[in-house]
Amino acid sequence: MDGNMLIGILAAAVTAGTPLLYAALGEIITERAGILNLGVEGMMLTGAVTGFIVAVSTGNPWFGALAAILAGGAVSLIHAILSVTFQANQVVSGLALTIFGTGLSGYLGKSYIGIPAPQTFSKFPLPVLADIPLIGPVLFNQDALVYFSYLLVPVIWFYIYKTKHGLNLRAIGENPGAADAVGINVFVLRYIYVVIGGMLAGLAGAYLSLAYAPAWLENMTAGRGWIAVALVIFATWNPLKAVGGAYLFGGVDALGYRMQAMGLDVSSFFLKMLPYIFTIIVLIFATTQTNKKHIGAPGALSLSYDREER
Amino acid sequence: MNNKILFLEKRGAAPAYLSFLIALLSVVFALLFGAVFLILTGHNPVDVYSLMFGGAFGSAYGLSETATKAIPLMLAGLGGSIAFKMLLWNIGAEGQLYMGAFAASYVALFHPELPIYIMLPAMFLAAVVAGGVWALVSAVPRAYLGVNETITSLLLNYVAILWVDYLVYGPWKDPKGFNFPLTAPFVEAAQLPYIGSTRIHYGLVIGLVGAVLLYFVLNRSRWGYEIRVIGESQKAAQYGGMNIRRNILLVMFLSGAFAGIAGVSEVAGITHRLQHGLSPGYGYTAIIIAWLGKLHPAAVVIVSFLFGGLLVGGYTIQTAGLPAATVSMLQGAVLFFLLGGELLNRYRIRLGFRKGGN
Repeated sequence: MDGNMLIGILAAAVTAGTPLLYAALGEIITERAGILNLGVEGMMLTGAVTGFIVAVSTGNPWFGALAAILAGGAVSLIHAILSVTFQANQVVSGLALTIFGTGLSGYLGKSYIGIPAPQTFSKFPLPVLADIPLIGPVLFNQDALVYFSYLLVPVIWFYIYKTKHGLNLRAIGENPGAADAVGINVFVLRYIYVVIGGMLAGLAGAYLSLAYAPAWLENMTAGRGWIAVALVIFATWNPLKAVGGAYLFGGVDALGYRMQAMGLDVSSFFLKMLPYIFTIIVLIFATTQTNKKHIGAPGALSLSYDREER
Repeated sequence: MNNKILFLEKRGAAPAYLSFLIALLSVVFALLFGAVFLILTGHNPVDVYSLMFGGAFGSAYGLSETATKAIPLMLAGLGGSIAFKMLLWNIGAEGQLYMGAFAASYVALFHPELPIYIMLPAMFLAAVVAGGVWALVSAVPRAYLGVNETITSLLLNYVAILWVDYLVYGPWKDPKGFNFPLTAPFVEAAQLPYIGSTRIHYGLVIGLVGAVLLYFVLNRSRWGYEIRVIGESQKAAQYGGMNIRRNILLVMFLSGAFAGIAGVSEVAGITHRLQHGLSPGYGYTAIIIAWLGKLHPAAVVIVSFLFGGLLVGGYTIQTAGLPAATVSMLQGAVLFFLLGGELLNRYRIRLGFRKGGN
């Protein structure tokens, strides 16, 4: 394997990992607030189709991305209402959101199948940075949404670990009763963080339909929402660790396509299985590690908070 | 201050009629929600719904199609119910269905010489084992290492579907099939007969028998009691000396086996071959069915017919230019309203004086 090819694979890993990263960041924020949202796949699909439709009708991918963020946030609001206010089972509510989002996106996108996006997020080198050997072509010859994720990760990390709001966020996920007792509005904050998570999932979807593979296809997320949920466990709810994980998963995704392109004598069906099998193996490994080190999920994850039972 | 207000009050066990009412209302509300959506996107909901209803229940043909679609939904829904009862989130019914279909097809395609009384039992046995083992792939890490079975069982769906695709696009492709992704047709001995003069195959009987058996296991056996206790409280179960690990493995196997039977009943009863796109998402719909049926076998059977009708109606409205996805949108909405309505199971709305301050 020569150097150019390695750079090619690494750059492709970053590209393929970016939608996973956005979705995982969103889910980290949501789960940190104590709400499990298994609707990531549905929110991504909703974002992907909305982003694509708006980009096609306005001719501007930025409007598309913005619409995807709003759409992801809007459908996640359903999960927030059901899990925070109605105290519904969060697993089932998330599954319902995935099924709903799959249907909604298929419905909205029906007449958009097969049309190319007029304007997409295309790659451009960042001055100076792109000239750094190896790192430059891998990290700094990407599209605007990839660059935005570089900014977003440290911001979210700083917010969670270094600000008062972040402390409150962690508190409502670890022990909502105690947080409530010191005057933190558990209900409102949980709503906010579920919706922020949905917005990021929507953006992840738009990345797929406007940058990664610019087009709309039914079910085009192909399980990436679920891989992102697994990624959150792998990253132990830490946004910085989600970056490495996302690019690792993106790399497996990209590697499959590369091997196919290289004419490797393996059926494409087996190569397509790779990301799923890899995710399962990594999830098993990550779970045993977190069990050993006693760093697990937020204490109140997926438990409804009921004031009367405090 | 005591004001006369509407408020929610915790209640003990909700009466059975209320659960039924909530399930019914959630379907009604989902249809109303769908109606608003249809109006917004320029369709007439009355036309669309009457088209759907007519397609599913308005003719002998529609009814038999609805019953036929209800079979895999019922089987996978029953499988889901037993796992959910223990709060085991097996959402891999879709993949387990495909693996069941795969194993049964192996028997049918590679042992065509078997007589019918060995062939069909062998196919069903193969499907039970394949579906069950596929579920164990997520059950074993769950039982021994605590790995989240929701994610693994879901991801395995993609693997199973790709595996079947590999076979029907590759080594198992029918050379006389004009390059379509399907295997050669099964011999007659590997085809489930139809019930009487209908077009409904015997998978329906198997589904109904399965529901009765599951009812007795869940409600009349010691094992069923353990499953319910573990579902209610793992701590209590452990305190009572129940083997949770063994129950996770057994329940997941059984759950996967039911989905596997759904798979064999599709290939042996409908397609008579293994093919690409065997299931239009039966395994996912089954999750909603199990929940709407409150994990009760009899209710799951009834809801399966309703959702079978919804699927058939979904095909009918495609002729009017509406996407098939309309149906999964409605399914998701049903579940939303159901979850919301379940609040009424736990609380009652009262008008009166609320005691105390604030």
